[in-house]
Amino acid sequence: MQIKLTINDKAVKWDVANDELLADTLRSHGLLSVKKACDTSCCGLCTIWIDGKSMLSCSILSVRVHGKKITTIEGLPQEAEEFARILSAEGAEQCGFCSPGFIMSVLAMKNELVNPTEEEIIHYLTGNLCRCTGYMGQLRAIKTYLGVA
Amino acid sequence: MFTITDLVQPENLAEAYQILTDKRNNTILGGCAFLKMGKKQINKGIDLTKLNLNYIREQDGFIVIGAMTSLRELETHPLLKENYNGILPKSVRDIIGVQFRNGVTVGASIYSKYGFSDLITAMLCLDTEVELFKGGRMSLADFLARPLEKDLLVRLWIQKTVRQATYLSFRSSASDYAVLNVAVSKLDNHWTIVVGARPSKADIAFGASEMLEQEELTLERIEEAAQRASEELSFGTNTRGTAVYRKALCKTLVKRGIMEVAACKSN
Ligand SMILES: Cc1cc2nc3c(=O)[nH]c(=O)nc-3n(C[C@H](O)[C@H](O)[C@H](O)COP(=O)(O)OP(=O)(O)OC[C@H]3O[C@@H](n4cnc5c(N)ncnc54)[C@H](O)[C@@H]3O)c2cc1C
Ligand code: FES
Ligand code: FES
Repeated sequence: MQIKLTINDKAVKWDVANDELLADTLRSHGLLSVKKACDTSCCGLCTIWIDGKSMLSCSILSVRVHGKKITTIEGLPQEAEEFARILSAEGAEQCGFCSPGFIMSVLAMKNELVNPTEEEIIHYLTGNLCRCTGYMGQLRAIKTYLGVA
Repeated sequence: MFTITDLVQPENLAEAYQILTDKRNNTILGGCAFLKMGKKQINKGIDLTKLNLNYIREQDGFIVIGAMTSLRELETHPLLKENYNGILPKSVRDIIGVQFRNGVTVGASIYSKYGFSDLITAMLCLDTEVELFKGGRMSLADFLARPLEKDLLVRLWIQKTVRQATYLSFRSSASDYAVLNVAVSKLDNHWTIVVGARPSKADIAFGASEMLEQEELTLERIEEAAQRASEELSFGTNTRGTAVYRKALCKTLVKRGIMEVAACKSN
């Protein structure tokens, strides 16, 4: 089936199989920031935005994004770089495998929550797992980035 | 991984139901998070996108929730935050993460009657009805008691009352399945205590609920009702906890639930 969508502000037409998952489609078109690390929809590494909402690209059929606007971290270079610098300054990036999905969630949170508390930040990001950092550095980086205490 | 040979987008409910029942392995697609974990070989995957089943609205004294509404929409909708002390948003907030809840649907969550379900437990302590395309409208309790039949869950109807309610769950770690979950509600002097993830599906503790209606609500009475709930319901063992552990948890969570509701102000 052919789908038409906007990917990082560029209109594209892609042929996809009926049971193809979006993470695989995106990676096959060179969007390699999108990672897959679990089979159970619980690590958040594949997080992208669909019409501005953060979603798990590993769990969404590609046919379902026909007509939609997809954003991956490749489409947000400035915002991603700004936050990634703070993240590494806080020692919150080690292997970095979780970073693209994590940054997409943080940027989505910035758009959705106004002056979030620490509890709200932690809760919003429960769906992004990181095997290396222990999360405290990430929390410091987010607070610095959002300018919240 | 599941496979889908054909993908269809029916224009109306009758067409969707017809396709669903045409062949055994024709299947409705919700958010696909659960389907994805299985190996089902689907002949026709039925995508309900064109049926506009994504809404939460007030109608005829009910709050009506369309089957394709996401758990995140349910969690953030003002109508559900304002009613029943926000029990529905509270019940789903610990399910994996925001990006997961943006994708999975209310219809699939209820239709599948998962034993571990947080949402079913919370909805069962409200006046919830399930509307199936073929089976029609029935109470959630009746729906849960029926054998699983092929049908299409269209929407849920929750009577708009000043019912006070609370939801509690116990998880070994954030975003894991609940070891046990409890919902308690009260309308006038009528109490409903529901316990789920036992690990079998949620059920009402009728005896304990009735005990609370009989006399003044003292701490002793609350403790007796919590004890009764843990005795009248059955519990099982799985990797998350033993039956004995769940029974003990039930007593504690039910007691807390009753105390929370007793302290609630009506909204
Ligand atoms: C890893 C993981 C962890 C989870 N943890 C929890 C948890 O802690 N608590 C909790 O409550 N839930 C949990 N869930 C369940 C989740 O919240 C959803 O209920 C579940 O994923 C089904 O939603 P879906 O939209 O993905 O359905 P799908 O996977 O698309 O469908 C599931 C089933 O429902 C059928 N179906 C879909 N829509 C309809 C309809 N309208 N009418 C009839 N049948 C329909 C499908 O044919 C399929 O058989 C978890 C799920 C996963 C994958
Ligand atoms: S790959 Fe783990 S949630 Fe998508
Ligand atoms: S930095 Fe290695 S998984 Fe997060």
